[in-house]
Amino acid sequence: MPIDRSYDAVMSRKNEILKKSVGIDYDKFEISPIAFDYEGLMNSPGYSLSEIQAIQQETGVGNTPLVELKNITSLVRSIASPSKGARIFLKDERAEPSGSFKDRRASLSIYYAADRGYKGTVCASSGNYGAAVASQAAKRGLKTIIMQEVFDSRRVGQPEILEKTRTCEAYGAEVWQLTVGPELFYVMLLVVEETGFFNASLYIPTSVLGIETLGYELATQLKEREGRLPDVVVATTAGGGNVTGTTRGLRKAGSDKTIIVGASVDLSGLHMASDEDFNRKSFTTGHSGFSVPFMGWPDRTDVPRNAARTLRYLDRFVLVSQGEVFYTTELLAKLEGLDRGPAGNTSLAAALPIAKEMDQDQILVVQETEYTGAGKLPSSQLTFAKENGIGIRCGDPRDNIPGKTIIIPESPEQIHVEDLDMDKIRRSYIEKTITRAHGYKPTQDDIHFLAEESNSSIESVAEVVEERSEALEAH
Amino acid sequence: MIGEASKGDLVQIHQVILTPEERTANIPECTKRVPYEMWVKGFLLNDEAKIGDTVSIKTFIGRRLSGDLVNVNPVYDHGFGKPRVELISASLRARRRLEEESRNANR
Repeated sequence: MPIDRSYDAVMSRKNEILKKSVGIDYDKFEISPIAFDYEGLMNSPGYSLSEIQAIQQETGVGNTPLVELKNITSLVRSIASPSKGARIFLKDERAEPSGSFKDRRASLSIYYAADRGYKGTVCASSGNYGAAVASQAAKRGLKTIIMQEVFDSRRVGQPEILEKTRTCEAYGAEVWQLTVGPELFYVMLLVVEETGFFNASLYIPTSVLGIETLGYELATQLKEREGRLPDVVVATTAGGGNVTGTTRGLRKAGSDKTIIVGASVDLSGLHMASDEDFNRKSFTTGHSGFSVPFMGWPDRTDVPRNAARTLRYLDRFVLVSQGEVFYTTELLAKLEGLDRGPAGNTSLAAALPIAKEMDQDQILVVQETEYTGAGKLPSSQLTFAKENGIGIRCGDPRDNIPGKTIIIPESPEQIHVEDLDMDKIRRSYIEKTITRAHGYKPTQDDIHFLAEESNSSIESVAEVVEERSEALEAH
Repeated sequence: MIGEASKGDLVQIHQVILTPEERTANIPECTKRVPYEMWVKGFLLNDEAKIGDTVSIKTFIGRRLSGDLVNVNPVYDHGFGKPRVELISASLRARRRLEEESRNANR
């Protein structure tokens, strides 16, 4: 009998397809209706940090320059209070083989896939990760299929994603250009089942462990050069891998006091599965449409347990606007001579107002850049935005409305960050976990787990648990 | 002739994967109204074909796929876009400001 390829049939086979396609039995790590063995999951591929470094070196990944942004630091100090304005350093990840830090993620997952005998890989990504997978797979001799959400129903595609189609095809991948919708997951399952290829998910342990070298490297480089560890690291956040891997790497380098700031582009009000909203945004990742829901519930992904868990690692979470990132991208080119892709500068845009409030003897590190070129420039993206009805003007970014306007700051003073209430997000995560356990009474071990998961104190978790059980009983 | 392809040409095919009725429930109305579609490039396996024909292709990794022929040797047409004057002016102002500050500091 032929396999039923209908939507419902494939979705009902989801778990077995996924298990085979990533080679991980997630059930093994479940402890209770609330807790799972996160470190056990992360250790399951069995690679030490030095082994990961060696694997990455084989395909030219890692060891990117750490550049001090002296002119941008001076600009920040010119608008800061006396004695304020931290030194800003930048990890130039554009020097990776396919032009972004995503090579670190892909390198380890593709090595793992090749080592376990997969003949090819399927990856659902419209961004740099897809390109990184195609590039690493080319080097390791694996076939690649990239699934991209490219077009709205008018068949109009954003220049940045069209560029990703081009680059993936340049690396020899079969690229599926799809219209807007979460059914991408169905298509991915279908193709994974049909081919027996590896699912190079962003959320499997190897895709997160590969970024540990980034955190480790930047701390080691800074220590060698300045004799000290970073006070603050700013990382762009979406699904959470960047923050998770970087922080774990920093800690392995002894940088456990460093404040970790996650930054995203504010796209609030835009629906990620909306055909009409799709081309009203200039950023395809690193935005609040991913980072906010993923932080609140990391397991909303293509594998049962997400290895990327932002809430565990983040100290502060800030939003910036699209116009501020475009402006910062221009500053980086004109003041520091670094022409880099805009989306990768989300964390740099956030870094400017953050450094402004820090002391001059402190150090802030922005941990990525990405390649630039056709489709991936403020000019191409703003041209596209204008064609799609977005109003572009100079002014105060505080007046920005995502999906309606892009406001370019007139001066660096206007770049600002908006803090999200981390305690609220932590609390909501704890509540949601308890609710989803359907009447199960959390044990002390579960409370410890939730404290780690949400980076909260045992007391504050216990308080929420208490409140929830009272509410349930009253119900 | 435009719109015609022969065996071995690089072409693009199109498929409707899910009709609006077959789409998942939890999506916005504007998405639910339209079909879920895909486009893939590869080398034409048919001897001859014209736009709109159902054809087979061999993809870059050697897989065989079928769909409607929509394009022959499709162009990558994303570009660098029009320069934005407000962005250039704003960043140049910041640079001049730094230059003035450093001149004042050296005075």
